[in-house]
Amino acid sequence: MYDKYLIVGEAFKNVVEGGQVTGYQIGLRLPYYRGVVLSLVGETILTVDGERAPAEAMTVTLRGKTYPKTQFEDEPVAKWEFGDIGIVTVAKPGGLKPGEHKVELRQQMKISYVPGGFWGGDTKTLTLPG
Amino acid sequence: MTSQSKIKRGVTLYSFQEEYFLRQLSLEQIIAVCAQLDIPGIEIIGDQMIPNYPNISDEFVKQWHGWMDKYGRTPVCLDMFLDWNKYKGRVMTDDERFESVVHDIHNAHKLGCTVIRVIHDVEPALLEKLAPTAEKHNVKLALEIHAPSYFDSPLEQRLVEMFRRVQSPSLCFTLDMGVFTKFQPRVASDRFLREGMKPEIVQYLIEAYNTRTLPSSHELGKRNDALPKKILEMGGREADIYWAMMGTHSVYSDLALLRDYLPYVKHIHGKFWEMLPEGREFSIPYDEIVPILIEGGYDGYIDSEYEGNRWIQDAFTVDSAAQVGLHQAMLKRLLGEA
Repeated sequence: MYDKYLIVGEAFKNVVEGGQVTGYQIGLRLPYYRGVVLSLVGETILTVDGERAPAEAMTVTLRGKTYPKTQFEDEPVAKWEFGDIGIVTVAKPGGLKPGEHKVELRQQMKISYVPGGFWGGDTKTLTLPG
Repeated sequence: MTSQSKIKRGVTLYSFQEEYFLRQLSLEQIIAVCAQLDIPGIEIIGDQMIPNYPNISDEFVKQWHGWMDKYGRTPVCLDMFLDWNKYKGRVMTDDERFESVVHDIHNAHKLGCTVIRVIHDVEPALLEKLAPTAEKHNVKLALEIHAPSYFDSPLEQRLVEMFRRVQSPSLCFTLDMGVFTKFQPRVASDRFLREGMKPEIVQYLIEAYNTRTLPSSHELGKRNDALPKKILEMGGREADIYWAMMGTHSVYSDLALLRDYLPYVKHIHGKFWEMLPEGREFSIPYDEIVPILIEGGYDGYIDSEYEGNRWIQDAFTVDSAAQVGLHQAMLKRLLGEA
């Protein structure tokens, strides 16, 4: 559910720190009808032009707080609220080239009353500002 | 007829999730819409529209009651979940599960809700242990019967046995009207087509659902291999199996059992996918169901629960208020208010 709303293009840009492009950012929503604690947000398979963003390189900023993706499973209190756009930052020296990119997402949700959990997904072609 | 029916109308704010998700309507604006639509009772999913649930701030509680006063609505039900898998590498202990629901009971009490919709995967023993706390706070713990389960399913039968033994006014069911889905919802089969399913497979699924000949799709706890096999035989793709499993898992249960078990039902989700302009639901025969509720003396709420958004949002703008308005108009007619 909500699949076509998962990738939020408005937030798509390179991240510049100290004059260097250190990675890129994109906005994501969850494919679910309620907010959940971060430990229930499963695997985030995010690819740009077929290249997968490693979980180790990913942080998510929610309501002003930033969480490393690899630490989500240790977080049974902080929540990703329903409909909130998480700003995902992917560390990637040099970032992405300006112009069109094919962005694909498969997002796992570990919801206890659904045996095995479930996945949502979205694909968008986005333009990275130069 | 008005004097006979003690049934009250409400709505679960779940119905307005699309507009809330897209930040087109705030919680207060949704409550204002409920007032415009003349819907007395309000149900809310804590995790959906209450910031930082279950840790509700005093400020939110104050705001909530302020809105209820300002818009003249009545809080009815709080929907809970039990995320027993939220701790890394283990499941919640019995004590943690108990404390989690006690927290929900306190929250319901603070919000003025007299019913908690209990998610389906809560064990009877836990509910039994919670009954004294729920009674103390004047809250009913109403476990939701949701398709494909029904009164005669194993967990529900264990619950009925426990209800009979314990005799607590706080232990009961929420019944989701999706258990009476007589016809395959059209919003789902239309979506199958938009997702590229072959028309003959879609037609087969509609006919098989409507004639109750869909292969073994409703055997609880068992993997359904027959339906995927059938779809592949008809030249379907893996994706078609996903959509077929998602979109045909409703049931049309025996209305005779509703008469028998109605005393255990204290809350109702008036599930619907598609209200037609002439005032009936495409798949669920409310005109057959509501008279049974009236005759049986049901005196709780029927809360409209719109779930069509997820089937149409890929291609259409969702208008939750229009759909809920039509559902409420139908309820008014069937309850003799119109």
